[in-house]
Amino acid sequence: MMIEALLEVKGVTKRFGGFTALDGVDFLVRPGERVGLIGPNGSGKSTLVNCIAGTLRNEEGSIRFEGEDICGHAAHRRIRMGLARSFQIPKPFASMTVLDNLCVPLLYAARKHEKLAPGRIVEEAVRILELVGLAGRAHAMSGGLTQVDMRKLELARAMAAKPKLLISDEAMAGLSASEVDDILALLFGLKEQGVAVIMIEHVMRAVMKFSERIAVLVAGRKIADGDPQAVVGNAEVVKAYLGE
Amino acid sequence: MSNKVFAFVALAVALALAAVTQLIPNEYFFTAAYTVLLFVILATAWNILGGYTGYVNFGSAAFFAIGAYTTVFFYNAFKAPLAVGIVAGTLVAGLAGLGLGYLTLRLRGVFFAIASLALAVVLYVFVVNWDYVGGARGAYVLQPREIPFGMPRYIHLIYSVQLLMAAFALVVARAIEKSTMGRGLAAIRDDELAAECSGVPTLRLKIFSTMVSCALMGMAGTTFPYYLSYIEPSSAFSLSYAVNSIAMPLIGGMMSWMGPLIGAVLLGTVQQVVQVTVSSAWNLLIVGVLLVLFVTLAPNGIMGWVDAWRRRKGR
Amino acid sequence: MEISTALLLNAIIAGLLLGGFYAAMSVGISISFGMLDVVNIAHPAFIILGSYIAYIVNDRFGFDPIVVSVVVSPLFFLLGMVLYRIYYVCFERRGQESLRGLAFFFGILFITEVALVLIFGVDYRMVSTRYGDVTWRAGAVDFPMRLAVPFLVSMTMVIGVQVFLTRTFFGRAVLAVAQDQLALRLMGVDPVRVKELAFALSIATAGVAGAFLIVIQPVQPAIGREFIGLVFAVCVLGGMGSILGTLLGAFVLGLAESFTSTFFGPSWAPAVSFGLLLATLAFRPSGLLGR
Repeated sequence: MMIEALLEVKGVTKRFGGFTALDGVDFLVRPGERVGLIGPNGSGKSTLVNCIAGTLRNEEGSIRFEGEDICGHAAHRRIRMGLARSFQIPKPFASMTVLDNLCVPLLYAARKHEKLAPGRIVEEAVRILELVGLAGRAHAMSGGLTQVDMRKLELARAMAAKPKLLISDEAMAGLSASEVDDILALLFGLKEQGVAVIMIEHVMRAVMKFSERIAVLVAGRKIADGDPQAVVGNAEVVKAYLGE
Repeated sequence: MSNKVFAFVALAVALALAAVTQLIPNEYFFTAAYTVLLFVILATAWNILGGYTGYVNFGSAAFFAIGAYTTVFFYNAFKAPLAVGIVAGTLVAGLAGLGLGYLTLRLRGVFFAIASLALAVVLYVFVVNWDYVGGARGAYVLQPREIPFGMPRYIHLIYSVQLLMAAFALVVARAIEKSTMGRGLAAIRDDELAAECSGVPTLRLKIFSTMVSCALMGMAGTTFPYYLSYIEPSSAFSLSYAVNSIAMPLIGGMMSWMGPLIGAVLLGTVQQVVQVTVSSAWNLLIVGVLLVLFVTLAPNGIMGWVDAWRRRKGR
Repeated sequence: MEISTALLLNAIIAGLLLGGFYAAMSVGISISFGMLDVVNIAHPAFIILGSYIAYIVNDRFGFDPIVVSVVVSPLFFLLGMVLYRIYYVCFERRGQESLRGLAFFFGILFITEVALVLIFGVDYRMVSTRYGDVTWRAGAVDFPMRLAVPFLVSMTMVIGVQVFLTRTFFGRAVLAVAQDQLALRLMGVDPVRVKELAFALSIATAGVAGAFLIVIQPVQPAIGREFIGLVFAVCVLGGMGSILGTLLGAFVLGLAESFTSTFFGPSWAPAVSFGLLLATLAFRPSGLLGR
């Protein structure tokens, strides 16, 4: 039996001048699913994320979220529907404390689809900070955080939007093994709340451990999509990664 | 302090100040204080977009002049009283801000800044060529003979009105700052993309804050034609408004409503003193030099020092 | 009918000559704003500064203003280096260029203007040259030398900059700085150094353009402001960071202003550049040549 898709990307094409960054990409995520998205540098992973999140507009193809066509929606409308993303390079609101950083999506996104009394905003922000292990830094200025803490804040801020789908864009690059495990545990925790996750990652150990399914992008095309073990064994994928 | 309480306090302070100062015999006080208050409004208004949202408006003089010339227009057309000019000038300036914002806020912030500068020149040329409001020669706006509230001279009234408008501008700025929208604007200032991806409707908020900011700048200009009974394009569009409305928040501090107030009172008073004792060219040079010094060496302004001092004390 | 054809032709010639001069004023902005992403709104202030230096030397010793400006251009180059260093340390490195960096340049613009007012007053100053009053006539069409000489030197300068940027290693590094700083670092080139020198070059062109300006018309400190819209209009109109686009934009603007002066009166001319700029920003922000 087929479960209805949460996110359905069909034939999405994105060009920059003469360069085709995405070429007819199909991609599907079911509710609560954990999907890994891998590919060499410049293969179009980030472009795909940007098209899904609404920070770039795709020229062709359709993107549906919970059945609704969202191609015309601005990014802030998409996140209000429950489609959150974290940034590869952390983008904290540097003039605010860590706690206030979370209040922004709580006020502007989460409240749109979850009943959240105004008085409970801070309480909820603290709860999320405890979850990611940043509670001790709640009142620190976010601009002064360490790289690891900024990554955590990035994830926490995406979580604060109360998403149904969270796209984690290379949250683990450059982290130590135990820090990777911390973030993995966090993302596994989301699964328990029924949140679907797209993980974009170069740390293969993490992707393999986390994903129920893996999709591979190479030069703007999806060349494989399926069971992690099978995908990694796929001859075309091996070729793309190791060269000929 | 809730918005209502703050509004009440601000109104009370403004009224008390207006009442007490009526006793000052020196006429010059009112002329000087009017100018300082004008700067308080301009700086507060500029900061709503510049400080809270992070978008630089070089066109303060244009919006100020829109307010002033709307008054002139209504005076010429209908002999309308000051109150009509105030309301109309505020609205027209707000609409102009809305238009400018709608056209250019989709682009990178620097384009908005350049466009605002361009608007000032285009409007200047337009007014110079528009004879109905006096063109390059300027226009006379006669102060009414009858002055309400038993005030001795019209400048006393203009000054009091300006005082109330300054209080109003501060109340608006503070209300925006403390609201949910204030947090959204701060998010835009810190990182616009991250703000949009956190659910903040960035374009709508930017346009709104531009509109409010420009409307208040217009409001500051509405009393100006009555101030000297005479207005000409080069005084209404003076670059000193643009420079001061940027310099004052930067020097006072841009993060809260208090910064522009402090900056405007300090810098405005200094300028009044220098203008009388030295010359007006020197006082402009001082503003420019202070602007550059503060922005390079003390980017958070006076309020930045206060905050740093408070934090050290708290520790 | 004969007269209006002559009027038209003269307006076209004047517009093209003026456009060549506008290209000289704007080429620096194309470098700093278009390529380096440094929004130097004080650019016109350095043009005026160049005018006044040419004026002083011309007034005292009678040297040709354009020759003077070329001779002193290394000073402008140095000034540009210092200015960029300050800008880099105080704003760019801290990521504060968008708000405070803009305010900084605005302050510089203002200080330069007021300082010139304090020294020279608000009177218009002009220079005397051998070709200033000469006009070459071809039938009904006038070629005033006070426009034609700056036009020729200006074309030489702009094309020189274009050749320099496309044919030399340093020039290509400047073009790369906007796109791929990492690649530059890998090649052992310091992007900050590249930007510093390129910015200095942009200020040097401003100084020379200042001499053209004072040959063409009398100068007083406050007219710098009117050129802010002009240089940015040219830069945006031509598409950011393209020298050839800048040339095209400059000619479009020169023609537009010349026609406006001829047919609507000179008092409307200043509005043309700013109006075009506003319109471009609103409706075609990628410029005439953009997609």
